[in-house]
Amino acid sequence: MSPLLQVRDLHSWYGESHILHGVDLDVSEGETITILGRNGVGKTTTLRTIMGLVRQRKGEIRYNGEDLIKVPLHKTAHHGLGFVPEERGIFATLSVSENLTLPPKVAEGGMSLDEIFELFPNLHERRNSRGTKLSGGEQQMLAMARILRTGAKTLLLDEPTEGLAPVIVQAIGDVLRTLKSRGMTVILVEQNFRFASRVADRFYLMDHGRMVGTFPVKELDANMAMLNDVLGV
Amino acid sequence: MTMVFGIPIQAFLGQLLIGLINGSFYALLSLGLAVIFGLLRVINFAHGALYMLGAFVAYLLLAELGIPYWPALIIAPLIVAAFGAVIERTMLSRLYDLDHLYGLLFTFGLALVIEGVFRWEYGASGQPYAGPDLLSGGTNLGFMFLPTYRAWVVVASLVVCLATWLLIEKTKLGSYLRAATENPTLVQAFGVNVPLLLTLTYALGAALAAFAGVLAAPIYQVSPLMGSNIIIVVFAVVVVGGMGSILGAILTGYLLGIAEGLTKVFYPEASNIVIFVIMAIVLLTRPAGLFGRDA
Repeated sequence: MSPLLQVRDLHSWYGESHILHGVDLDVSEGETITILGRNGVGKTTTLRTIMGLVRQRKGEIRYNGEDLIKVPLHKTAHHGLGFVPEERGIFATLSVSENLTLPPKVAEGGMSLDEIFELFPNLHERRNSRGTKLSGGEQQMLAMARILRTGAKTLLLDEPTEGLAPVIVQAIGDVLRTLKSRGMTVILVEQNFRFASRVADRFYLMDHGRMVGTFPVKELDANMAMLNDVLGV
Repeated sequence: MTMVFGIPIQAFLGQLLIGLINGSFYALLSLGLAVIFGLLRVINFAHGALYMLGAFVAYLLLAELGIPYWPALIIAPLIVAAFGAVIERTMLSRLYDLDHLYGLLFTFGLALVIEGVFRWEYGASGQPYAGPDLLSGGTNLGFMFLPTYRAWVVVASLVVCLATWLLIEKTKLGSYLRAATENPTLVQAFGVNVPLLLTLTYALGAALAAFAGVLAAPIYQVSPLMGSNIIIVVFAVVVVGGMGSILGAILTGYLLGIAEGLTKVFYPEASNIVIFVIMAIVLLTRPAGLFGRDA
């Protein structure tokens, strides 16, 4: 079976600077992968390039058999990709419920509002507040919840635990496991290595704008040497 | 005779009403400018020309096709909106990636072209435009004679401003618009066709300007220069209200219209400059405008 997302020799640029130098990535349906790497190696750029936010790109992004390279930004989501940016992107001039219902439905099978409020009870309590009045953790929940409503089958998640308290990090881990049980495919960029090893099926190691290794989470011990080498820890 | 601050109350209330009528035009025009600036980040110098175009389309509908005021009040804004959409799609949209100055220069040039075409065809003098019979006549309010048509202008402007505000604050389309004003790229990544939203927004701003133009046609004459006469004041209104603030643009429009009217009572010589004096004071004390958020 061919993977749901197949990235081959992906290059991208911010103006003159060449960031991705030939990324290869395979993600199967229902799999959660985590991209690990030092700061500035191109992890966030990988997500932004797949999503089409970085338009200066070259290579192959095959999703569900279709090449996304030529797809305009506003049509990418309709192929089933949902993006949760690192800065969360909650809108200050929209209420929590407006933030939640902002992204248009892209496919059948998204969560209903009731299901979302069951998974994120805080959001229900605060649904009439301005989006940016929420705490950092609640904003992260909101950023994820609004994608779950759309029916997207693949979640591109950029450092969801950054700057959050341990109890919130745990809650986000629970949410990711719930999503996994519903068959969601997740591409996670994460600095929090312990968090990543609890939710991911497989790691990708990234350095200098390309993937330098991949292994399943259960082979973590055998790969510690490579991990230390790449992460420089 | 009742006096207010040493002024006969008749004169006071009369100018207050005239100020409110002028404010009705300022509010409609500055609202359109604010909506366009908020999302497109373009200072639309063609706004006065679109206002003039609205009046001229109404005039031509009547003169050439015999279509009277009431249908023209709907048709003219739609025609000007379509014109605005074509301009945005074919020309203005090419400038978004460049410095904002290019958008300003382009719309300024566009305004000169539109005005030039109409001056060449109609000269600088005004064409009379007959208002609807239904609104002819007026009411003696005791302190002044209020022409029915002018009362209608105030009501129509209030209703349209309120409807536009509700559209932006309370509807799904409005939430796209507000979100795209904050972060257009992310909204587009969610699957919203932001380029189309930009076109619709420019068309909406153009329609509001044209609506004001049709409202103005029976009061002021339909003239190629009517837009450039009013637009400078409207820019001052937007600056005082705060760039991009929707409610600020509406309220400031009415407030400055009234301030202008009242200045005519107390110190008539200053009535032409009072808005710019207020603008200078606001810029010195609150550079983001009365209702603007600090950028």
